[in-house]
Amino acid sequence: MMEANRIFNNLISGSVGPVMILVTIIIMVWYAGAVYLNSSFLIDRYEKNNVNWSFSELASDSWSMERPVLPSPHQVAKELKRTIWDKKITSKHSLVFHSRVTLSSAMLGFVMGTFLGIGLSVGIVYVSALDRTLMPWIIASQTIPILAIAPMIIVVLGSIGIVGLFPKATISTYLCFFPVVVGMVKGLRSPDKILLDLMNSYSASKAQVFWKLRIPASMPFLFASLKIAIALSIVGAIVAELPAGAQGGLGARLLSGSYYGQTSLIWAALITASVISATLVSVVGRMERLINNRMGLQT
Amino acid sequence: MNESSSSKASQSTIIDISNLYLTFETQTEPVHALSDVNLQVNSGDFLSFIGPSGCGKTTLLRVIADLEKPTSGTISVEGQSPHEARLNRSYGYVFQTPALLPWRNVESNIHLPLEVSGYSKHEQKKLSQHYLSLVGLSGFEKKYPWQLSGGMQQRVSIARALSFDPGMLLMDEPFGALDEITRDRLNEELLRLWQETQKTVVFVTHSIPEAVFLSNKIVVMSDRPGKIIDIIETNFPKDRTFDIRETPEFLEASQRVREALKEGHNDGS
Repeated sequence: MMEANRIFNNLISGSVGPVMILVTIIIMVWYAGAVYLNSSFLIDRYEKNNVNWSFSELASDSWSMERPVLPSPHQVAKELKRTIWDKKITSKHSLVFHSRVTLSSAMLGFVMGTFLGIGLSVGIVYVSALDRTLMPWIIASQTIPILAIAPMIIVVLGSIGIVGLFPKATISTYLCFFPVVVGMVKGLRSPDKILLDLMNSYSASKAQVFWKLRIPASMPFLFASLKIAIALSIVGAIVAELPAGAQGGLGARLLSGSYYGQTSLIWAALITASVISATLVSVVGRMERLINNRMGLQT
Repeated sequence: MNESSSSKASQSTIIDISNLYLTFETQTEPVHALSDVNLQVNSGDFLSFIGPSGCGKTTLLRVIADLEKPTSGTISVEGQSPHEARLNRSYGYVFQTPALLPWRNVESNIHLPLEVSGYSKHEQKKLSQHYLSLVGLSGFEKKYPWQLSGGMQQRVSIARALSFDPGMLLMDEPFGALDEITRDRLNEELLRLWQETQKTVVFVTHSIPEAVFLSNKIVVMSDRPGKIIDIIETNFPKDRTFDIRETPEFLEASQRVREALKEGHNDGS
């Protein structure tokens, strides 16, 4: 009993243990879900063909269907291996190729959104007229469903001759700039009055107050926003690929998967998208730690 | 000898305030923070404002520093308006809290006013070395504020205020948040700094022994409306130590400050 307790404590105290436990549970639920969701089709077929079936046959059949409602984890894993390892990365069937397409428009959108967000926040903090007029519009912009406005933006930009990477990136920008504006407005306003008085006592210029006080003080707020923004940039890029009938990208991959009932293809694309997002968020986290160290802040 | 020469040099008036009023407009009713303030501060003075919380002593200091605008009355600082004096960087201000930038190390915090004023990197380094050694913090250049005690942080703040060699040092309860032992030590050091640098110091406190020990002029203020009750001059030697706290002169001066405070309190209520 004591021994069991000790093993259990070791398992849940580290970070590997809990993650492994969670992953195991998710995979088990996934396998069970695959049986449950795929069973009605299989049972229909068994009855039509007068086949005697056992539960173990049902389970193994439901985990190896051609077009399952929910593909089993190993089917998705196989699909991932096929489309990431086995294909040339220049092939239209390679997930690496599609990821690159999505990633490039997401990154362009993220960079544009970050600059737009910082620019707007500077305007809001320094110009009181903008403070009163701009914020309601910025908030309103985020209440419009992105799925509704994305095709509009693509079509409008396409009709004035702007095609390719840029229209897709604008959708990411549209999602990205919002957390950056909100975070940076708060960040630029975060220095205590006493520090503003201090700069005032040196008769520091507005630019000096901005670069020496407001910008460094806003860094923690900026990075919190950037973590949200970079994950949203992937969402934006995928959404932008859905309506345009895009030739490449994870969004196009999702779309063709649903056309042909290739659910394992959809799941493989979804997992790739979330792995990319998680990686990007952790890259931003690393940059944050690097900057914190350079700024001598406690983390 | 020393006394006579320094007193001759200190005859020029550096801050001249007459009929100064300051009223804050609030949503409910106007608050009369300062009322009919008349005061001259001479060059080389160590002058303290003392009074109960909310008596406007900090506000008066902020008016001198041009961080607050008076409603009426005249004030000149080094022969110019407070605004011009601020633009000319004629004072260093030490706040109640050290107000150090957490992302800058000690040295770089002291460089802040020097950067703003456009000193060269070489001069910045030289000045920060000099003033850090003056406040006894040589060797702490690369430490960050969170690695220092409260007293050390306030010393950095004083070194920073001195770094660009302003004529005046304005200090707003700089040692209020420190324990008494640290406070005593910093009081003695401040006195030594005053002697060495020949600055004019305007100091805000609510501690009677601190005011009497440090100052040659003690301005006693009352609250609501904030006005000057009494100005007490003392004549302790410039190189005094804490021993004088036991002398009859010290006790007498403390008693006068205490009585003036009481008088102001009775007036107010």
